Amino acid sequence: MTQTQAETITSTHPAKVVNDFCITFSTVNGSGSATANNVLLRALFEMGIPVSGKNIFPSNIQGLPTWYTIRINKEGFLARVERDDIVVAMNPATFTSEIGFLVPGGVLLYSDEFKTPVTREDIIAYPMPVKKITREMDVPPTLRDYIGNMVYVGILAQLLGIDLEKIHQALDVHFKGKQKAINSNYAVIEASAQWAAANLFKKDRYSVEPMNATAGYILTDGNTAGALGAIFGGVQFSAWYPITPASSLAESLNEYLPQLRKDVKTGKVTYAVVQAEDELAAIGMVVGAGWAGLRSMTSTSGPGLSLMAEYLGLAYYSEVPLVVWDVQRVGPSTGLPTRTAQGDITSTYFISHGDTEFILLFPGSVNECFEFGWRAFDLAEGLQTPVIVMSDLDLGMNEWMAKKFEYPDTSINRGKILWEDDLDKMLERTKGDWGRYQDLDGDGIPYRTVAGNHHPGAAYLTRGTGHDEKARYSEEPEVWERVMKRLGLKFKTARNILPKPVVHSMPDARIGIIACGSTDPAVEEARVMLAREGLKTDYCRVRSLPLCQEVIDFIAAHDRTYVVEINRDGQLKQILTLEIPGLCTQLHQVSHIDGMPLSARWVKEQILTLEGK
Amino acid sequence: MLDQSQSVKPALNLVGLSRADYRGAPSTLCQGCGHNSIANQIISACYELNIVPDNVVKFSGIGCSSKSPTYFMNRSFGFNGLHGRMPSLALGAMFADISLKGIGVSGDGDTASIGIGQFKHMVRRNLPFVYIIENNGVYGLTKGQFSATSEKDLYLKRQGVNPYSPIDICMEALASNATFVARSFAGDPKQVKELIKAAFSHDGISILDIISPCVTFHNQENSLHSYTWGKEHEIPLHELSYVAPRDEITIEDFEEGTTREVVLHDGSQIILKKLEKDYDPTDRWQAFRILESAQKNNWLVTGLIYVDPDQPSMFDAYDLPEIPLNRLGEDKLRPAREWLDKINDMF
Repeated sequence: MTQTQAETITSTHPAKVVNDFCITFSTVNGSGSATANNVLLRALFEMGIPVSGKNIFPSNIQGLPTWYTIRINKEGFLARVERDDIVVAMNPATFTSEIGFLVPGGVLLYSDEFKTPVTREDIIAYPMPVKKITREMDVPPTLRDYIGNMVYVGILAQLLGIDLEKIHQALDVHFKGKQKAINSNYAVIEASAQWAAANLFKKDRYSVEPMNATAGYILTDGNTAGALGAIFGGVQFSAWYPITPASSLAESLNEYLPQLRKDVKTGKVTYAVVQAEDELAAIGMVVGAGWAGLRSMTSTSGPGLSLMAEYLGLAYYSEVPLVVWDVQRVGPSTGLPTRTAQGDITSTYFISHGDTEFILLFPGSVNECFEFGWRAFDLAEGLQTPVIVMSDLDLGMNEWMAKKFEYPDTSINRGKILWEDDLDKMLERTKGDWGRYQDLDGDGIPYRTVAGNHHPGAAYLTRGTGHDEKARYSEEPEVWERVMKRLGLKFKTARNILPKPVVHSMPDARIGIIACGSTDPAVEEARVMLAREGLKTDYCRVRSLPLCQEVIDFIAAHDRTYVVEINRDGQLKQILTLEIPGLCTQLHQVSHIDGMPLSARWVKEQILTLEGK
Repeated sequence: MLDQSQSVKPALNLVGLSRADYRGAPSTLCQGCGHNSIANQIISACYELNIVPDNVVKFSGIGCSSKSPTYFMNRSFGFNGLHGRMPSLALGAMFADISLKGIGVSGDGDTASIGIGQFKHMVRRNLPFVYIIENNGVYGLTKGQFSATSEKDLYLKRQGVNPYSPIDICMEALASNATFVARSFAGDPKQVKELIKAAFSHDGISILDIISPCVTFHNQENSLHSYTWGKEHEIPLHELSYVAPRDEITIEDFEEGTTREVVLHDGSQIILKKLEKDYDPTDRWQAFRILESAQKNNWLVTGLIYVDPDQPSMFDAYDLPEIPLNRLGEDKLRPAREWLDKINDMF
């Protein structure tokens, strides 16, 4: 491109774009680009600028294309956007299609080895001498490809004005203080920045400037947050089986438990983590541990959850507390294992055969992953039933800017558990007539004893077959019905103690939006866009099922309510329709699934279209 | 009024309990079922071992066999789980209080079909646990279908002829590095009882494959899971006695020179009195060989087939505290606020 062409481009577009653009890195899977991308993300965060990073990766270890997008937004909107302002092209296979995604006036950085011509004249292209720079560095040949990614970090830093000191800080966090790795990567970054300063004439309009918008925030992912929440919730037993995108949750338990839950004096640990042979065994172990009085959890994704269905039904009927994390990915079947979805809502709500229902929690942020990490145990033990936390790949595996984690604001609640002395008192209260499945408080929640309780009246045999209030085998028709009705009452009680929805309102809005989970940033941004178009909306983010009254009141208070979600069938809307048939004509489905997180633009356009605007 | 209990004073064991204190609910299995006899031997073994019932946790899967935990030790906690998935259930539960002893009762359908995976993985983890398979070579509760241990060419009404070769549960256990493998016959109650006692003392997984005839669906005289066949074809590897750690061993009782002793983890011993062959149950290859020749020669080899008392158990891989995990309070379970501050600073 000639200098005049560049001038033409910049003259027809804003002269300067500061702290409001998107960079997409196009690389080959397994080439080590994650380090480079994470370092850039963190450096921007350390500069005080709101950022989010999303990894779009294939189900593959090495060789297929992978993308990473960083959104920089001074207003703090961090949902996915579909446009690319800057593309860093390191994968020759996708080079041509990448160019097509750029906005007019956008920037293309690419390895100067690529011989494919740059076909657009309305963009600014900067070739990068990746090979040349790495060759000049003292890098072992085996590491050259990995460290080659640091070249674009240095060049981008120079082009956009990213503080090199912040990049050094980011390397320090990434490599956990390992000096050798920090130094060798930083040397390449510094050399590349120097090369850019000496050789690149900046023709584009993008730059970053320090802000103060990330003070009090951290940068982390939902799986790490969920694991840490569980640790602060007193998790004692976890069994799991590897599955994308849930594995890193269990791996985070393995990483942080030894630091946080080892007795300093005795060196003994207060937990056990078992990698099971499959999900059938993982849930079996978790049911056993939960039954015997441990705070017990597993983490999985759709295919694993399908395998857990039968044990979850047993836990429902025999009233065993436990926590399952479903980090959702795209189904049915193996589906798209590395892409995000909210496609397990309906199937999980009723996951086992017979009359069952399950408590679902929907964290809408990394902070809520932490909070539900500990709260789920209190709810499970309080209600003596499985609690399933519905996260997804976008929330679980991507890095999010989040407020610092808050220490649990309530003590650990072990629910109605009776040890020896408690049982003595209970027998006194009931004149010796206590039974495991008796509803003594009228809330549908019985009292339980657990193995290791040495009171002579404590033991009973738990079974998935018909049983009466004293846990005795029974096929009596009226006993079966009575117990099932009492279980139903327990779920009525649940509605009042589960996390309430978060409602955000605009004055005089007649239109409602309901959503759950990771779509929150897209919905919030879409509401601002819609308001600019003259459409005011109120927003109710559902955080748990079964529904509580607040959600019902919200729907009743609006002319129309759009239910926004990432699946084909509008599953949250399906549940709402079942629970409140009288209001279902006021609900409208806004859902789609292509494996990608929703964008605010898509949400806005769908609602405008449905509104006939 | 005459106090009846004064006149019939039951014998008490060292923990002050009578044999009746180890009983369960009346059995609802068929009269003459081998499983009832095994439940009785579990009762006797625990009574004789002076085990306090609330120190035992019982588990089972699904099937006739899996009903039996109801029929022994009703003062113990128990969990009747899912088909083939008793091992995982038990494993999770046993972590709650590792001072408790676990016993699981399964069947050939429960263990050798759907449960073969969980069975082998529990074995390889060496969880301290008594795992009894009441093996009758047939599905009883669903009324007489072939199981994975039914012999090839067996004829069953409504099923016809079994075209597949059977799974040998002891062989599977051995192949998965089991540390205690025994086979017995429900019609040999003394041996069953002694093996159960030894299994309770073993610090690791104890696999007891007990041939237990199904009197209703599978008791044909020529079938290897029948009483008649068992009685006629049983070849005990040794006469077997269990000696508790505190009991003084009077070796004369066992004719010195004809015995072999195996010392278990808790100091108890199994005394094996040699019969015709000199069988070494600590030799894994000999164990494979005897199972192989039993298969070829149509023998029902019974006794302690293999034991390795020195392997670390699953719990040895976890540095758990003295206090049971399920009794830990909030002070042990929730890290202090400062730790969260540190984490926030790291991110």
